[in-house]
Amino acid sequence: MTGDITLDYPQILAEICAELATLTQGRVEVGEDTDLLGDLGLDSLQVMNLMLQIEDRFDISIPVNILPDVKTVRDLAMQIDNLLRAR
Amino acid sequence: MGLFDKFQGLAAARGELEKLGVDPFGVEIERILSPTEGIIHGRRTVLAGTNNYLGLTFDPDCIAAAKRALDTEGTGTTGSRMANGSYANHRKLERELAAFYEMRDAIVFSTGYQANLGLLSGLMGPDDVVLLDADCHASIYDGCRLAGAEVIRFRHNNVEDLAKRMRRLGPRAADTLIVIEGIYSMLGDRAPLREIVEVKRELGGYLLVDEAHSVGVLGDRGRGLVEEMDVLADADFIVGTFSKSLGGAGGFCVSNLPALDLVRYSSRPYIFTASPSPATIASTRQALVKLEAGRDLRARLRVNYERLHSALEAMGYTLGAPPSPVIAVVLGERNEALQFWKRLVEHGVYVNLMLPPATPNGVSLIRCSVSAAHSSEQIDAVCRAFSDLRSAAGIVAAELGTG
Repeated sequence: MTGDITLDYPQILAEICAELATLTQGRVEVGEDTDLLGDLGLDSLQVMNLMLQIEDRFDISIPVNILPDVKTVRDLAMQIDNLLRAR
Repeated sequence: MGLFDKFQGLAAARGELEKLGVDPFGVEIERILSPTEGIIHGRRTVLAGTNNYLGLTFDPDCIAAAKRALDTEGTGTTGSRMANGSYANHRKLERELAAFYEMRDAIVFSTGYQANLGLLSGLMGPDDVVLLDADCHASIYDGCRLAGAEVIRFRHNNVEDLAKRMRRLGPRAADTLIVIEGIYSMLGDRAPLREIVEVKRELGGYLLVDEAHSVGVLGDRGRGLVEEMDVLADADFIVGTFSKSLGGAGGFCVSNLPALDLVRYSSRPYIFTASPSPATIASTRQALVKLEAGRDLRARLRVNYERLHSALEAMGYTLGAPPSPVIAVVLGERNEALQFWKRLVEHGVYVNLMLPPATPNGVSLIRCSVSAAHSSEQIDAVCRAFSDLRSAAGIVAAELGTG
């Protein structure tokens, strides 16, 4: 998975959902509209730790600064899409 | 959305604490008797959660210096150094701190929190990258935020993870600021400083070491982990506080880089804050002399924390890290930790309660900080309280239905 810049949005989304599934262990249905804080009940620190996992999954750096703009899985997928394109 | 709606969660959490009859975040020390003893709930209590590592808050020479400064320089400076001028002793303390670290210069800030806030926001800008150890203190996160810098975290004390993230930055790595702490405040563990320095030597970047909990504690002259690991020259910035080992209030940054002086002009937390009061500066200057010469204090501190650490370990408690003056007892469940903390206070022992998300990995911690000023009897009293609670731990768990 590392360093693959040909990933398109649906693939990014699928990767994020796979990462979240390991976190929720299937207790919550995860989709594009899933709210990371509200639906998954994650606190701010857990979201930051999730980013460490996702950074490694995509082999990119995700600045902590973007987190205020990330509410849903879609927001996150779009940010990653942007970061992958910007490389 | 009403102005106060956001407080609903907090209000509920506090209501829950009230129902449990525990108030860990509003403790009143009714009277302070010594660096290690106070009156809480009308009871003589051993203070083992103070960060008063060398016990200098009641040092007669520090008190005398502060009194002299009060008499000769007044109660406050009534303004910021930039707008209202520095007192000679602000600069003296800065020169003394620089000499202590054998560095070019120092900046004094009004609190420890502001030292990180002031340095990071003054030094970094929106185009810069900061690499933070994930467990860094809130003041570091806040300083980066104020700077608008790009913040990237690496896994706590994981040098490989740091190197991986540095490499991802490509050519930007050369101008990255790596921020770590000498002793981490929650678990009391140390940074793998030599290995981090190796990464910096290989991949570039600048290194900031926050020695808030290690100044006065580690190193022959008390200069912290950088001294103990003999990498003083590799630290581009060292940040510390006056409010722990030095027994006052305030913070500092030292550096060999000439640009440090320019940070004064770009640091809003420095520019727009009143400078430390004369008494604070005077006691800190005196405390710095004591700290540097205080090998006996460091030896006593070490005896105390090693004793408490091994006693707690022998009782079967899970501890956060190898011995250091910060000893964190790891308790999994929040309510268990709350009850445990309450009972310790009832046993006449005051420690700190730390709950997620302030703690790493969602654990609840009972955090002890040991002082050189703790008498052998006081360490005994702390051990006894933990031992009594160990046998009662099953009862606490049963009461809560978690046993």
